[in-house]
Amino acid sequence: MAVTREKRPTAFYFLAAFFALFVLFLYGPMLTIFILSFQGPNGGLTFPMNGFSFHWFVNLFEQQAVGDFGGSFLRSLKLGLIVMVVTVVVSFMAGLAFRRRFRGDTVVFYLAIASLIVPSILISLGIGLLFNIFQLQPQWYSSALGAHLTWTFPFGLLIMFAVFNRFDPSFEEAARDLGASNWQTVRHVVLPMVAPSLIGVAMFSFTLSYDEFARTLMTAGSLNTLPLEIYGMTTNVTTPVLYALGTLTTVFSFVVIGLAFGAVVLLRRRKA
Amino acid sequence: MSASNSKRGSYFLITPMALVFAIFLVIPLLTIVVVSFWDYDEYRILPDFILENYSYLLGTSVTWKIYLNTFKYAALTWAFTLGIGFTVAYFLAFHVRSLTWQIVLFMVCTIPFWTSNIIRMISWIPFLGRNGLLNQALMGAGVIHEPLEFLLFSDFAVVLADVHLYTLFMVVPIFNSMMRIDRSLIEAARDNGASAWATLRHVILPLSKPGIAIGSIFVITVVMGDFITVRLMSGGQSASVGLQISNEIGLLQYPAAAASAVVLLITVLLIVTALLRLVDIRKEL
Repeated sequence: MAVTREKRPTAFYFLAAFFALFVLFLYGPMLTIFILSFQGPNGGLTFPMNGFSFHWFVNLFEQQAVGDFGGSFLRSLKLGLIVMVVTVVVSFMAGLAFRRRFRGDTVVFYLAIASLIVPSILISLGIGLLFNIFQLQPQWYSSALGAHLTWTFPFGLLIMFAVFNRFDPSFEEAARDLGASNWQTVRHVVLPMVAPSLIGVAMFSFTLSYDEFARTLMTAGSLNTLPLEIYGMTTNVTTPVLYALGTLTTVFSFVVIGLAFGAVVLLRRRKA
Repeated sequence: MSASNSKRGSYFLITPMALVFAIFLVIPLLTIVVVSFWDYDEYRILPDFILENYSYLLGTSVTWKIYLNTFKYAALTWAFTLGIGFTVAYFLAFHVRSLTWQIVLFMVCTIPFWTSNIIRMISWIPFLGRNGLLNQALMGAGVIHEPLEFLLFSDFAVVLADVHLYTLFMVVPIFNSMMRIDRSLIEAARDNGASAWATLRHVILPLSKPGIAIGSIFVITVVMGDFITVRLMSGGQSASVGLQISNEIGLLQYPAAAASAVVLLITVLLIVTALLRLVDIRKEL
């Protein structure tokens, strides 16, 4: 940062205050349910706190009237991990492909944009109908997986576009001049350079899939994923167990982000 | 590497993505169009070619009311997210001077995005409810004597939750556009005697237009198709097109849902096409 700095204009303080309010707006409600999830056993959905306990967290892991929290969590986790791996590999491949013009490139590009803007419930409905007509049983690992990929691919592709638009091809030329094959160039030059962005794609696709509700609605089959389970709870459950679930899944998301950031930092350090 | 060889390479590399889009996007959307002409009874959908699904849908005033309501949500959410998103992006891009702080503050805005939308929605309940924090605070301060009933389970709650969920979709593209503005243009404006306000209006705003267009496309399409926010936050007292479709799905009236879906799809595509006239997305990446 420069040593000398000019005086801040008044607008800065107004904007800073606005920004602070915005952050409060973003985090405030989440903090409330975080606090309320530690309600005492007799506490309700709103303040005041009626004691302090882990009652609702324990309650979460007991057999629920609503259904199967553990099973749906594991399904969402597995689905998210599969979506993550597939999205990283396929987006990377597509990113490489888009570095050259090829016939149909605009079609694929606009399909990706369409995939992003077509309302999620239509994807759900369409895939559900398709499976219905062909009398296939929707499953989380078939129809829901496909539905989630239509959501994560566009993000993966757009991130890859951003990466390769700023990518210096002379590194690859150098590798090729030194006798590297195409595969070796990708493996030893391109891949390490874009690795941090690929972790970004991984992170994005995992959380998008892990939280996806609308696209899972008609495609998950008879076994719920976690968002479907949570949605079911919002209509049936009127105790703070709902908040306990919210707190727990939020903590889990943060652990995932933390791990991803750790990986990026580690990669950066190894490169330096 | 020969030219034809590299072309073949591109096709090989793009095939997995193209296949997934074909199977899980194009074919399902075509299925919706086809099924929207089918007949149905309580148990099954029956292959046919009838126009009743559409004539019923377009013939009832309920549909028009629902569309009007959906447009209302979309327009209000768009206006608020744009106002807040632009201001936040402007602050981050032009008033925060060090790159480190820009990144830190930007991350602060994006973190809530990583948690479940439904969780973020229900987190408004203890705040807005009859005995919620806001009502208690207002009553404690003596501003009101009865709890405000309109805060939760109302249009107000729906728009508030939408703004809470989607403002980030505005911040990111606008911030991105602003960061690409050549800083010497700002200096030139200042050297020519433009006030900060005039610079904002005549230099920054026009150059942020692509970001605004992309953010708008995102927010509007998401809100147009939404059903979860409307159901949870209006307490079932309001409807949107998405909610109508999801209700029809719940009643297994798939052809009716498909007809609604086609109309929604056409509406969204018209809006997006209009917005795309303002910006070439591929150039913005």
